[in-house]
Amino acid sequence: MEVSLVEMKPGQTGVIYKMRGGSNLTLKLNQLGLREGKRIKKISSIFNRGPVTINVDNYQVAVGYGKATRIMVEVDELEKDSPGRQS
Amino acid sequence: MRKIVLAGNPNVGKSVVFSQLTGSRVMISNYAGTTVEFTKGLLNTGEEPFEVLDAPGTYSLEPTSKVEEVASSLVAQADIVINVVDATNLERNLFLTTELLERNVPLIVALNMIDEAGHKGVKIDVEKLEDLLGVPVVPTVAVSGEGLKELVGSLSKSVNRKKAPLNISDRWSYIGNLVGQVQEITHRHHSWLEKLQDASLRPLTGFPIAAAVLFLAFQLVIGLGEFIHEAMEDYIFEGFYETLLLYLSEVLGSGGFLHNILIGKLVDGNIDFEESLGVLTTGVFVELGVVLPFLAVFYLVLGFLEDSGYLPRLAVMVDRSMHRLGLHGYSIIPMVLGFGCNVPAALAARNLESRRERFIACTLMSVAIPCMAQLALIVGLVGRHGFDYLAVVFAALFFIWVVLGLIIDRVMPGYTPSMVVEIPPYRIPSFKAQAKKLAMRIWGFLVHATPYILGGILVVNILYTLGIIHFLGVLFAPAVQGLLGLPGDAVSTLLIGFLRKDVAVAMMIPLGLSARQLVIGAVVLAAYFPCAATFTVLVKEMGVADMAKSAAIMIVTAFSAGFILNLLLDTVVPAAYLAAGLVVLSIILPMVLGSTSDRRELSDLDETA
Ligand SMILES: Nc1nc2c(ncn2[C@@H]2O[C@H](COP(=O)(O)OP(=O)(O)OP(=O)(O)O)[C@@H](O)[C@H]2O)c(=O)[nH]1
Ligand SMILES: [Mg+2]
Repeated sequence: MEVSLVEMKPGQTGVIYKMRGGSNLTLKLNQLGLREGKRIKKISSIFNRGPVTINVDNYQVAVGYGKATRIMVEVDELEKDSPGRQS
Repeated sequence: MRKIVLAGNPNVGKSVVFSQLTGSRVMISNYAGTTVEFTKGLLNTGEEPFEVLDAPGTYSLEPTSKVEEVASSLVAQADIVINVVDATNLERNLFLTTELLERNVPLIVALNMIDEAGHKGVKIDVEKLEDLLGVPVVPTVAVSGEGLKELVGSLSKSVNRKKAPLNISDRWSYIGNLVGQVQEITHRHHSWLEKLQDASLRPLTGFPIAAAVLFLAFQLVIGLGEFIHEAMEDYIFEGFYETLLLYLSEVLGSGGFLHNILIGKLVDGNIDFEESLGVLTTGVFVELGVVLPFLAVFYLVLGFLEDSGYLPRLAVMVDRSMHRLGLHGYSIIPMVLGFGCNVPAALAARNLESRRERFIACTLMSVAIPCMAQLALIVGLVGRHGFDYLAVVFAALFFIWVVLGLIIDRVMPGYTPSMVVEIPPYRIPSFKAQAKKLAMRIWGFLVHATPYILGGILVVNILYTLGIIHFLGVLFAPAVQGLLGLPGDAVSTLLIGFLRKDVAVAMMIPLGLSARQLVIGAVVLAAYFPCAATFTVLVKEMGVADMAKSAAIMIVTAFSAGFILNLLLDTVVPAAYLAAGLVVLSIILPMVLGSTSDRRELSDLDETA
């Protein structure tokens, strides 16, 4: 299943497969290690268009709503109990 | 002397390494963006002295903010670079390492936080990493000093690799391959700290946690600050210190020029610490008896917030609200720092990406966030008339902060893109590190504030003696009285406010103002212009043109706010209702008006996609 970071549910894991937003979006994300093919786990999103927070490897990143809508993730089907660590 | 530059991602421990190597004290906190300017120190290895530079953190040598510009320009000047790497996040950190390898500069890698890597089940084959990178790699635990001797020892072995530059995707695949060969991860169960980490980011638990933290911080600073202040006043100032000064007063002949300057005027043959206006009486009392207790407690609380790693999580929780004021969540950090002193807060705004954001952040911060020195006097002075009046001061400043943000965001061209920030892990603050940091900040206050506070009191004293204040008072009476409902002599406080805000608030005491006048005075003083120290930094950070705009906004805002308070407070609305009303309005207005930044960011992203 392919959804944006915003639509992903807290606790779900998946792999980033597309970032739609040109260099405006990708420059900083890339430097922070977020890129296509990266495995992530969603921690939370703040309602009413707040930021989304995710786990990548051993660190956490907060991504603002606008940017999060443009990061597409291929969500794992078996989501329960997957650690979401190893890439 | 050769120059060593400490380069690395934000929050990997560069400043800890720096202070361990050089013995110099620098700010260390658990969030990305603590260091915003470089600091120099000296390292003597026994063979050769080095100049060491602690740089701000950066993810790449292609800067995306003002702090990152500083970092990459420092690397360009280095004779040797020590690349501090967070061992728990090898892959992300190696991005910068590979960029550094392409520069024409000898490199050493300090593989820091190796202790945390162990706890997190990350195992790194150091020798292999050294082989693959072709430069020395030294595992370190900067906080305990482990490995630093070896780091210094390897300075002579630093190697200049000058590899051919890679493009971004080749870089990542190179790194991916490398990490695969040297890193092994075993899965560990979540610690309670990690569970708390996530809980403070989830809305259902995160908002109550944020509210509790802020409430506790406020209570602690006001409550404990007040308690220590009163204890000092009762036991030190009105006891032993007063006796000492009375003795000195007698020695000086109870009058004359020197007596006037040092002791000031006696009230019924006695010293009045608030009204005598001598350098040793009012001056010392304001600095040590009033400001210091509140400031010390504030910095204690701030130190805990910084070192635990809570601030970036607070940034996530307030992000939505901040967007309505033309800022994103991370700008809450300069705002929080501003309550201590506006100077480091203005510097911290460098972490924000655009000139627009820095302008808004600096303006809102210097208008609506009174520093703790000023707050201490406001709490002491206005608080005497009951909490309601104090609440009006806080509520009015909060209201100004919100409304000004709403307006500037709508008037200023451009928009504020949403944030992308790293959230550090929670760490339990170490007692030693906290004590060091507190001592460093208090020392900084004593060194920087003493000349201003004592000098300020001296200037006021002289202006009073020469009758200048009274003259100006008569001159400006129509304006000050008509607009703000304050006596003409209140001009003196505005005058001193350019120099130092705490002294300015203290200047209201001899004027014998009513509660509502004190509230108006406190709000206008907080907002109308930054103190000299802040002004200097703001000009440097924003440039003359933006500072001029910002200053115009401040002056107009302050006097309109003073005028409105003068119209409403007590005459139309009692203090408690006014405070409540302002807070409610400050919350409802942004909700009703909403934010335009999402829409603009989305269309921007779609255009470039
Ligand atoms: N456990 C552990 N913590 C460390 C180590 N080194 C640094 N820290 C902690 O990491 C945090 C960041 O340290 P800083 O020295 O401020 O990091 P920095 O790289 O200077 O950060 P910026 O100036 O923001 O770029 C602090 O909370 C330190 O106490 C280490 O080796 N082990
Ligand atoms: Mg630092």
